[in-house]
Amino acid sequence: MSPYRVVVSLIVVTVILFGTGPPAWACGGLVGSNGSIQLVKTTTLAAFHEGVQRYVTSFEFSGEGEELGSIVPLPAVPTEVERGGDWTLQRLAREVAPAQPEAFVDASAQATAAAGARVLLETEIDALDITVLEGGGDEVGEWAVANGFSLTPDAPEVLDFYAERSPIFMAAKFDASRAAELGQTSGDGTPIMLTIPTDEPWVPLRILGLGLGADQVVEADVFLLTDDRPDLLPGGPGLTLQRSEAASKPLLADLRSDRGMEWVPGGMWLSYLQLEAPAGDLDYDLAISTTDGRPPSAVDAGIEGLGDAGQIVDGQGGALWPVGAGVGTSIALGMGIAVMVWRRRAVRPEELAI
Amino acid sequence: MRWRVLVPIVVAVAVTGGVAGYALDVGSPPAGADVLGPGEVSVQLGIEHSRFSFDRLWVRPGTTVRFQVRNTDPIAHELIIGDDEVHRRHITGIEALHSPVPGEMSVGPHETGLTTYSFDEPGTVLFACHLPGHLGYGMKGVVVVTATDAR
Repeated sequence: MSPYRVVVSLIVVTVILFGTGPPAWACGGLVGSNGSIQLVKTTTLAAFHEGVQRYVTSFEFSGEGEELGSIVPLPAVPTEVERGGDWTLQRLAREVAPAQPEAFVDASAQATAAAGARVLLETEIDALDITVLEGGGDEVGEWAVANGFSLTPDAPEVLDFYAERSPIFMAAKFDASRAAELGQTSGDGTPIMLTIPTDEPWVPLRILGLGLGADQVVEADVFLLTDDRPDLLPGGPGLTLQRSEAASKPLLADLRSDRGMEWVPGGMWLSYLQLEAPAGDLDYDLAISTTDGRPPSAVDAGIEGLGDAGQIVDGQGGALWPVGAGVGTSIALGMGIAVMVWRRRAVRPEELAI
Repeated sequence: MRWRVLVPIVVAVAVTGGVAGYALDVGSPPAGADVLGPGEVSVQLGIEHSRFSFDRLWVRPGTTVRFQVRNTDPIAHELIIGDDEVHRRHITGIEALHSPVPGEMSVGPHETGLTTYSFDEPGTVLFACHLPGHLGYGMKGVVVVTATDAR
């Protein structure tokens, strides 16, 4: 199998925020014009196949009549933004909660955006105005402010956190008048699919805590679909692996039959993780490797030192720390070797000769 | 029976010590710290990631501090200096912007602003940003007005 013949599907659903205050969501920060919007639930899917990540998320119309927006950190520049399939997100959620089909209510979004950032793409999908931006955290923040959104005080740091890794963001907001014309009512979701060429998928988690108090708990469901069992590296504690198994044929067939999902291959590995962490502790992301011999990136996990790495706890009681430890050891070993090589190279007399 | 006597005493001593320690901590500048004034002085106060560049400043009574506030964030902030009444007014207020009166100023994204404030009596004076959520996020600090014989 080619290293690129991998499919990673990530779906984040049912983000439940406890308490009040500005919301956060599974894949983006939610910001409203008055800074007090309540986020309900969000569903996100990112699929990685042959070096292309397909990112699907659903935005839920609040019906408030005011402009809401959200911002989503992206690993690279998308080549296409289009309407997503109609049931992909719901079907994945139902796969792990078959007895509660109503639990997959998908998401919503709101966002944030900016001035000085470079607009790479603008499109309208149903009542959503989608803008793909390139810029630093400051620029994206300015764009958000210039477009009428009130950013929460933690937004500058969070935007910088993501911009240092990837300067690409997607901002989305509902046009209330267009939603009314389309007959959308509160709770109606609009799925969006982005096609993103990249070979290093990661799941943004820190953005979920945007605007929340440190003690407010963020809960999210994260679904991964890969060709093989993936290597995972969370940047902190709070993730529990609930499922790790070969995806069922009916699930894959259902996904493949949805709009834009014909890429789904005949066999995949399903991982289902639950996130539960206080927003104050949620300062990390989830890095994923789908390539043999290449560990997940500590940078993509949002950590600088391996000592900060978290553990994914097996839902059946078994800790997955050995996986993280193995990944961490590999990275440390690799860095050690690199340092040794560098140091050796640094003292070669022939390289010192003028 | 002995515990009923000892526990309150221990607790009282601990609380007293804590309060005294806090008071000493607040009122005494650390070794090497500058105590500004008296007279007019200028201070640069940066704002980055919704945090002030310092959360404590020591001045002598009779010091007028000229705060040069540089906001490097993409969002607006404010600097409010004053007593409890001033802060209470801003916490409950709905003013989006403050005209540059002494001790009260708004500073927009990537802007720099100036305000002055006179510190005359020994004690502590709070400074903070009262935009929604900013105080809770940690945008606050104190100016400690030392006794006249402080360094």
